[in-house]
Amino acid sequence: MAKARVIITLKKTIMDAQGQTIENALHNLGYRGAQNIRMGKYVEMDLNGGPKAELEKQLDAMCRQLLANPIIEDFTFEIEEG
Amino acid sequence: MATAIGSKLRFGVVIFPGSNCDTDAWHALHDQMGAPVEYIWHQETDVSGYDCIILPGGFSYGDYLRTGAVARFSPVMKAVAEFAERGGLVLGICNGFQILCEAGMVPGAMMRNAGLKFVCKCVHIRVETTDTPFTRAMKKGAVLRIPIAHGEGNYYCDEATLTELKRSDRIVFRYCTPGGEITTEANPNGALDNIAGICNAGRNVLGMMPHPERSSDPILGSADGRLVWESLIGGQS
Repeated sequence: MAKARVIITLKKTIMDAQGQTIENALHNLGYRGAQNIRMGKYVEMDLNGGPKAELEKQLDAMCRQLLANPIIEDFTFEIEEG
Repeated sequence: MATAIGSKLRFGVVIFPGSNCDTDAWHALHDQMGAPVEYIWHQETDVSGYDCIILPGGFSYGDYLRTGAVARFSPVMKAVAEFAERGGLVLGICNGFQILCEAGMVPGAMMRNAGLKFVCKCVHIRVETTDTPFTRAMKKGAVLRIPIAHGEGNYYCDEATLTELKRSDRIVFRYCTPGGEITTEANPNGALDNIAGICNAGRNVLGMMPHPERSSDPILGSADGRLVWESLIGGQS
């Protein structure tokens, strides 16, 4: 069984209101070095059913179909074989 | 004050787990407009007995993942998509609009309101086109006062899609001032181009964030939402 981790963020071209708000809050706390904060989502799962290449194909399809909305979001993932 | 206006268009109001404006829609159609209306459970796979399907407001599936993202894969949505392809009328209100976006039945996507707040208030929207079955009883440029209640109404699409929406006269409602001006101040959620409602290329699917079912009775402060129902079941053709 493999462990899959997916990270979904708003596309770079889209204004991230949540990220900007978090950035302002961090600046208020004195962390002036924190820049370009992007808020995202993290999904992890156990993944069964085939060699790594097949799992990657499946996970990519999951991301495109449901986990991310390709109109506004980018995604990356990693698969760790157990 | 139940007043049937015209023909007997048969309405169906879909109930997803977490829908909460289904009863309001049923009330507006049944009690205010005297129209035949039934509820449709989200597990239904046949919607052929209806002329107009309402996807109501609410928080379907708890808005988990993204608004509308899970509801879009409900069994009923496959039937609704096929119904729309055959020319059936589909009206998505608020969460219903979000579901239509996720399903690709109208273009674009919804993002968190630019101000990050859930906005629940009456707004003004301008009728941009009367060339839809949902707005044909309205006047182009007319200003309607209708409530909104959402946290994710920040409509977004890419530039090519926006150009196409404009070219094909598919922006149906835009947020405006009481006088009908399109301004940044009148935009409650950051929606691109002040967009409050759009239709599909076939003009038989409308998604709108404001709630006509909550403004169909003067006792609620505005009856401007009635114009949507009057367009559908009566109105000028």
